[in-house]
Parts: sequence; structure tokens; C-alpha cells
Amino acid sequence: MTKTLATLQNLRRFTVIPPIWLFTLACAIFFSLMTDNFAEIGNLKNILQQTSTIGLIALGMTVVMINGNIDLSVGAVVALAASLAVGLQSEIGTLPAVFVGLGAGIGLGFVNGMIVWKTGVDAFIVTLGAMIGVRGLVFLYTQEQSFFAMDFAYSDFGMSQFAGLPTLAWVFLGFTVLMHWLMTSTVHGRNAYAVGGNRDAALNAGIRVGRHMVVNFMIVGFFAALAGITLSTQMGASTPNLGREYELWTITAVVLGGTKLAGGAGSIVGTLGGVLAIGILRNGMNLMQVPAFYVLVILGAILIIVLFIDRQVNRAGVEEVKI
Amino acid sequence: MTAETATPHAAPNASDRDAVTAREPLLRLDGITKTFPGVVALDDVSLEVRAGEVHALLGENGAGKSTLMKILAGNHTANRGAIHLEGEPVHFDNPMQAKRAGIVLIHQELSLVPEMTVAENIFLGSLPKGILGTVKWRVLFAVADEILKTLGCRFSAKDKVEKLSIANRQMVEIARALVFTPKVVVFDEPTASLTDAEKVVLFEIIRGLMRKGVGIVYISHRMDEIFTLSHRLTVLRDGKVRGTRVTAETTEDDVTRLMIGRSLEGREKRAAGEPGPVALEVRGLSCGSLYRDISFEIRKGEVVGMYGLIGAGRTEIAETLFGLRSPDTGEIRIDDETVEIDAPPDAIARGLALVPESRKEQGLVLGMSCRDNMSMAQLGTVSNGMGFLKPKAEQAIYDTYATMLDLRSPGPQALVVNLSGGNQQKVVIGKWLSTAPEILILDEPTRGIDVGSKSEIHDLIRRLAGTGLAILVISSEMPEIMGVSDRVIALYHGQMAGVFDAATLTEDRLVQAISGL
Repeated sequence: MTKTLATLQNLRRFTVIPPIWLFTLACAIFFSLMTDNFAEIGNLKNILQQTSTIGLIALGMTVVMINGNIDLSVGAVVALAASLAVGLQSEIGTLPAVFVGLGAGIGLGFVNGMIVWKTGVDAFIVTLGAMIGVRGLVFLYTQEQSFFAMDFAYSDFGMSQFAGLPTLAWVFLGFTVLMHWLMTSTVHGRNAYAVGGNRDAALNAGIRVGRHMVVNFMIVGFFAALAGITLSTQMGASTPNLGREYELWTITAVVLGGTKLAGGAGSIVGTLGGVLAIGILRNGMNLMQVPAFYVLVILGAILIIVLFIDRQVNRAGVEEVKI
Repeated sequence: MTAETATPHAAPNASDRDAVTAREPLLRLDGITKTFPGVVALDDVSLEVRAGEVHALLGENGAGKSTLMKILAGNHTANRGAIHLEGEPVHFDNPMQAKRAGIVLIHQELSLVPEMTVAENIFLGSLPKGILGTVKWRVLFAVADEILKTLGCRFSAKDKVEKLSIANRQMVEIARALVFTPKVVVFDEPTASLTDAEKVVLFEIIRGLMRKGVGIVYISHRMDEIFTLSHRLTVLRDGKVRGTRVTAETTEDDVTRLMIGRSLEGREKRAAGEPGPVALEVRGLSCGSLYRDISFEIRKGEVVGMYGLIGAGRTEIAETLFGLRSPDTGEIRIDDETVEIDAPPDAIARGLALVPESRKEQGLVLGMSCRDNMSMAQLGTVSNGMGFLKPKAEQAIYDTYATMLDLRSPGPQALVVNLSGGNQQKVVIGKWLSTAPEILILDEPTRGIDVGSKSEIHDLIRRLAGTGLAILVISSEMPEIMGVSDRVIALYHGQMAGVFDAATLTEDRLVQAISGL
């Protein structure tokens, strides 16, 4: 066991690729060997399409969590944005309806961020309140009704392909690249790590911490809304219960990807690995005809095991001698 | 001559010393070797402590003192070597075993639960229990109060730790050690956050332990304390013992040479030249009960020291100047212009820089690299208009200031958490110098760092003043304030107790001023 851990540490030292990718690759190889269909192109496309919803939210969540905050309201925002984008289509047209949906997500993110900034209440509590409240708004707006997209182009979009990949997979991968760039190469990204790593030091360095956090809540709000809209294009409909528990799946993916709950550490590349790990596990176990309830048990166990190993690897670093 | 030696307690006298040195060792560390991946932290280190002896352990940060003590206290296990306590070989797998055997480490960084009472903290992990496992509160508070009384503490066992000053928290740590009737007590930089008066109390406690036959290992950077307290001293450098001396038979210079492997140049020298025009002027600044009616000015090329007890309002004044705190009344003028500073960015735009009091809490993002920490205060200038970072510009900052400050780091990408205190402080100073400030505020610039880095930082302060910077230095160390400043502001309970010309200022006068005399 210790030997394996030492090897893992060395691997971590010599590579920039987060360790979750080893696990993701191992899963992919395992399922390729165990099932006939896993490695087929069609199935791989399928996984990308299926994971794009959680994946998009996870991109925004990564930024907020590196920043030392969290957003539990993303699942409710998924439902709100989807309901607005589908429900308003017949009245104001498809594209404006989509913009209203995205705007609602960004707006709610702004409100979350402002409350966290101005009141100093923990983001967990603020967004827990938002999660409950926004879900209520969804029911108020929809009157508990599901909406169906009247515009066929809308639902066609969700099923369409572009250059051999599902369009939604492109959307996800495109935003992944964009967010990776944001986090690694821009001032905003660097500040996110600094604020999450040590808020007082960031303040001392002249970073406008409050505004910075609000922007990040707007980013995650945008991605939650976008995920809600892309999900409704896949279904050609929206339901008021859409996106339930998505906050939990998103956080699971982000944490699997190596982002710390306490903030200051994490990466978009890691999050992508975490998102794919969950997607591959669900898809692969499904192909192996593992009953759905066992799938949940296994996923829960894997989350804890992976984080335990990660903790061991990281803790060993603490003993490193100071120079 | 410093405040500590002015205390009524002289160094242990000669007969005392002979009696102590004649005894058999209480604790013996033999050939301790400890390696971490890629580094030999301790190389064949031997040390002995006799009953009733204060054995000082010195060395620059990173010399291996902390590692050695962690091995003694059971936090780490040595690769080679043995520990003998009262002649018996002992082996500790965890800190609890070491405590039970009678070895207690009083940490430099406090490990108390702030929300709990003093008594609960003292007995944490060993609360007196009744039949049903309920806590015997009356016994708990009575015993705790008893211990506090022997330590001469003036707070109650029922007080919450969060309400205590840092110095009093330190007392709680010590009280906690006494519960275990210790045989060996290790003090790791115990005076780092104590005022002179509190130090006197602490030294009295240490002497009390000594008389009871407890062996004491005393880690400190402060020569005056070591020469006041210790019987013998051992110097570590780069993980090896460089020498063990009987304190009375050695000199500060000798010890310094052992520590850094070369001799230090004399005291900081004043930069020549007259100070320029007024850079910063403060008029009638007040903030609630923290400080009242503060007025002073700093000229370009001048170093002004600010000295006072902890809680006298020093840090709060610095925070106000930097926009971290807003004053109730008063005026701040920079270059003859009244300025509004609401937040640090305003201060930075005005050419101010603040090297904060605690580098780990306020100065650094420990999990980030040296380079990223250094460029943190001015990402605007190392990025293009779109907010896109320019790594080469960042690297240039690192190269410039790492060279200028003689930063000893494995490289720009090394995490600051892995650097020694002195090098961490250099990263913070580099961060602020790179913003090209006109007014530099340094709050406790050398707290908890080794002598070598300390004198480098003192030289740097004088050098920077020579280039026309206006500098405000806040410090609890009188030699530092007296050595580095041109003028000294004394604070007493949030009010100005005088401004003195450093050239004619005596230590006695300064002590009187900060004590309200």
C-alpha cells in the first residue's frame, strides 16, 4: 500500500495531469474489456453527450469552489432556465427565450454573490436558501406544468451532430477549453486561486475580493442556466423537477477532479476527468447491466475511496522538509 | 543592553551551573538521523538535557530544530538514533505516548480551541469524568484555577480562550503542559508574541520548573533571552550539531558564527543624507477605542519606527493607512494632498505598500508558488488589457527580487509553504517592492525569522530608505526599532506617548513612554 502511494506521489510530481485521469483511464480500459459495446464510437459519443449537462455546471462550480465558496442552487437554476427558455418560446421567440433563461441564471448568480459579499453569510447557507427558494419560483412560474418546445429547431439542436460529434459535446468541450484558459492564463483565474487560498492575503494584495466573488457566482449561474437549456433541447421539454440533485453530482465531479472544498486548489482539467469518470462509470455499469441501485452504492463508495487516496498522497507532502 | 536583561533576574550563577552540569543527563538523544524525500533534515544529532537545566537550542530556520523536537515529541519517527529518558531507551509513535512519558512540547503556533473555556482547553482529552461519563465541572474549574494561580495568571479558568490575548493563550498552553507533571518541557519560540512584562512572568515560570528538576529545551532566536536563561546551548546548522557550549563561557559572536557559518557585520548603519520632503502626513487620526488622535509625518528617505505594547494600536494604525480599516476622524495626506483610502487598491494606487504582521495569515497564499505570490499585488501590470497574464513579465519580477533579496528558494515554481520563515518574509517583501511603492509600511518585519535573514532585512530597510523611500517600521523588538529607525513614535493605549529622535533616545526613556510614564 505505502509503495503504491509512493509511486502515486512520484507520478504527481512529474506530471501536471491530475491523478483522477489515471482512474478515468483505468475505468475506460476496464469497461472496454468487460463489455462488447463500451468502446464503440457511438457509445463514446453518447457518454460525451450525457455528461455535457453536469460537465457544464461543473466548469462553473470549479471556479466557485477554487474561490473558496460553493453554489448549491445550480440544480434549481437548471430548472428555472429550462422552463423560461421553453415556456417563453411561443411568446417572444426561441432565441430571446434562451437569452432570458441565461440572463436569469447570471442574475441569480449576481444575487447570490452580492448576498455572500455584503452580508458575510457563508456561501453554503446563502445558496442553500437560494436552492430552496428558486425551486419555489420554478413551481410558481410553471404552475407545476411541464412545457414542450414548440420550435422543432430547438429540440433538433439537442440531437444534432457537428463534425462527427454531438453538438452539445462540442459546446461542453469548447467551454472547457475556455475555462481552462481563464483559470490558467488570466488575472481573474489567478485571483480565484489567491482568494481561495488565503482571503486575507488577497485583500492585502489589493485584490477586490468581493467583486471577484460576485463575478464567479455569475459564471456558475451562467453555466447552470446553459446546462438547463441544453438539457431541455435534448428532451424537447422542461419539467419543474428538472435538475434535482444536480448540485450533488456536480460537486462530486469537481471534488473527484481534485478541487479542494476549502478552496485554493483545483483545476479545470481535473474537473473534466471527474466528469468523465462519473459518466464512464454510469455508462459502463449500465452496459454490464448492474442494477441501478448498486450503481449508486458503487459511485458513493468510489468517491470516498478516491478522496482517501488523494488525501494520503497530499498528506505525505506535508511532511516534506522546509528549505 | 536590552529590555530582558534589565529584568531583576540575572543569569544563573556559577555554583548553580556547576551543580547542574554535574548531574546525570535526564534526556539523551543519540545520533538522531531523519531524512525526508530528497533531504537529510537531521544528520547524526546528539543532545543531552540534565534535570534542572535550561538547554538552549539555536539555529537558523530550516536548521532542523523543529524536526528534532518533533521527533522528541513523537510527531515524527527518526530513521536512525535513540532516545533515552532517565537512562531508559524510549520510543514514541505518537505525541500522546511522549506526553505520558513526561515530554511536553509547547508549540510556537498555538493549538487551542478558541470557543472553549480555559479549563476545558487545559484538560482537553483528559477531562475529569463522573460515573456516567459526565464532566465534573466543579473539579475541572477548581483544578484549572489552581494551576493558573501557580502561573500567576490573572484570568479565570471559566474565560473563553477567544477572549484572551495571545500572551495569555500562551499561558494556557503552558498550564496544559503542567497537567502532565512533565520531566522535559520544550519551549519553541515562546516569547515571539509576548511583551517584555509578560516575558518576565514566563521566565519566572521557567525558573520554577527548573527548580523542580524539570529539564528544559529552549528554542529561540533571541540571544539576550538565551544568555539570560540557559545553562548550555547547542547550535544546529543544516541538520548537524555545530557545537555545544556552556553559556557562561561563550559569547554572542561565537554563537552567531556557529549558526550562520560566518560572522555578521556590525549593527545596522544609518544611511547617509538628509531626509527629503514629507511623503506621508497623518493628522488627528482616531478609530473608536483602538487609537486616538494620532499625528505624525514620514519624510522621503526616512525610517520611522513605531513601538508600543501589543494592543497599543500599532497594527490598527497601519491597517487604516492601507485601507483595511476606516478611521472615525482624521486626515491622511500623501505628497501634500488629502487622500481617501477606502480599500487596499486605493492605497496601492497611492504608492503605499503594507508588509503585514503575520505573513502566513495575511501575507502569503501558502499553496501558491513563489513567483505567483510575488506578482500577486500587481497582476494589472503583468497582464495585457484583456486580463491575459504575461508569464515572462511575472518571471522578470521574480528574477529581479529573488536576486535583490537573496531569496533562497528551489525555484520560482516552489510553493512558499516549503520555504523557511525568513525566505517567506522575503517573498512578501519582494511582492511589495515590485509595486515600486513610495511609502513602505513593515509590520513586525522580522518576527520569528532567523538572525541571518533578520540582519539582511535590517540592511535592506536602510538601503531602501537611502533610495528615497518613506518607511514605517512597527516592531515589538526594541533593538530592532532602535537600530533601524531615524525617529521613533511611542504608543501607549492607542495614544501617542512621544516622538523621539533615535540618535539620542535611550532604552529606558522608550520603556517609560510605552508604559505611560
